[in-house]
Amino acid sequence: MFLLEVNPLVLPDIGLVFWNTIAFLVLLIVLGKFAWKPMLKAIAERESGIEEALLRADKMKAEIAAMQNENEALLAKAREERAGMIKDAKETADKMVSEAKDKAKQEYDRIISDAQLAITQQKNAALTEVKNQVGTLVVEVAEKILRKELSNKADQESYIKQIAEGVKLN
Amino acid sequence: MASRTIKSLLVLCLSLVTMTFSGHVYANEKAVQTEQSNPAVAHEPAAHEAKAFNVTETILDHIKDDHSWHLWGHTSLSLPVILYTPKGFEFFSSAKFMNEHHEHIMYKGNFDYKIIEGKVKIVDATEAIDQAASKTLWDFSITKNVASLFVSVLILLVVLLTAAGAYKKTGITTAPKGVQSFMEPIVLFVRDEVAIPNIGKKKFAKYMPFLLTIFFLVLTNNFLGLIPFFPGGANVSGNIAFTMTLAVCVFVVVNLSANKSYWEHIFWMPGMHWSMKLFLAPIELIGVFTKPISLMIRLFANITAGHILVLSLICLIFIFKTVYASAIAVPFAVFIGMIELLVAFLQAYIFTMLSAMYIGMATEEHHHEAHDHEGHKNVAHH
Repeated sequence: MFLLEVNPLVLPDIGLVFWNTIAFLVLLIVLGKFAWKPMLKAIAERESGIEEALLRADKMKAEIAAMQNENEALLAKAREERAGMIKDAKETADKMVSEAKDKAKQEYDRIISDAQLAITQQKNAALTEVKNQVGTLVVEVAEKILRKELSNKADQESYIKQIAEGVKLN
Repeated sequence: MASRTIKSLLVLCLSLVTMTFSGHVYANEKAVQTEQSNPAVAHEPAAHEAKAFNVTETILDHIKDDHSWHLWGHTSLSLPVILYTPKGFEFFSSAKFMNEHHEHIMYKGNFDYKIIEGKVKIVDATEAIDQAASKTLWDFSITKNVASLFVSVLILLVVLLTAAGAYKKTGITTAPKGVQSFMEPIVLFVRDEVAIPNIGKKKFAKYMPFLLTIFFLVLTNNFLGLIPFFPGGANVSGNIAFTMTLAVCVFVVVNLSANKSYWEHIFWMPGMHWSMKLFLAPIELIGVFTKPISLMIRLFANITAGHILVLSLICLIFIFKTVYASAIAVPFAVFIGMIELLVAFLQAYIFTMLSAMYIGMATEEHHHEAHDHEGHKNVAHH
């Protein structure tokens, strides 16, 4: 208390306290209602707006990423499918080629064997004909010779004998 | 940009003050010389000179409240005097306390009033203070500080209502403009750096108007106090009555919003031995009062100290009685002025932050029996 009396600086004046209380209350009420409230509300609204926009952007980003992933998956799938198809086609082609080859070979073999058969047959037929012709010729020649030879009876008989001996019945 | 303007203003006015007063010093020195050459008349002006260089008085005069607002030279703005005495209210101009020679005179109202050491006192016929009668006198005058406070209130109302109006006009879709863009970061600063960290996300909204009003009122008055001429020049935030009123407001708000757990922590500290509880209760109870008192003294002392420092530096010129002292005094005063700008903001911030902290302490919820300091921090995370 003594200090308060001595130093005028630390002695509060009732007037200033009174007016200050009024001023502060007026400020608090007026600013509270007409300044702080709309300001804080607007700021909060703007912040929530920004937050929402950011969230939305994030969501969009995620969506785009998901779409991209999907696209990639689709692409990969398509690529895989294509590869599979190419592989299948190749296999089929290979199979066809080899089948054709096999078939051709078979045909070739068959043709060859047919040809050989035909050749053999022809050969045999030709041989038979040759044999027949030769036979006929031989017979004709033999006839001619015989005719000439058999004018002599004795010879005729010796010859027949000779032939008969030569012919082996089999 | 704004601080630059303030800087240059500060430099300008300090130089002006220095130049004006250095002229007086020269005049006085000349007077002394002439008096020395004429010893017959030397005595009286010398005494006058000694009185003029009373540094303490000069400085105290500048930081104390006054019933008139000094404008320039011998021109002052008279302010209304409102007195309440047992004989009722009285209302008159403070000009009545001055005669044409700017000397304090007695004013005869319901009582005989006179300004003695800056305060209105009731005096008796011999113009000596009537102590008993003066105690019954209630001075509700619009003093320099009150007027300056009203100026700051006016500035705040105009600026902040303009800023708030901008939200209504342009909505929230556009970026803030003008005053609005200047105020919004400060409001956001108070909200994000002061209110939310100290009070918590759940409860801060209720205290925002209070904290913002305190912050802006202190800040504006701190800045107005740094302006050395009208409409500044008053030392409002360095006046104990101003800081006391705000501290009392904080005290009321803190204790009205205090919850059960706060009072429990004061009177019957949980988790302690009963003897410790008995020991802690009075200490905690004192703490309830020391908190606002520390608020009051911190702001008052910081702002007053700054003003005294600047004034002391300027007074150096009059102490050394040479204009060359200003070569050192003025740059130093400008330097201190710069620091004062920082202090003006810092003290407004600290006052608001501590108020928010006290409110936060009073409204804090304690969920479990963890009463050590880590426990308090843990609670905040739940």
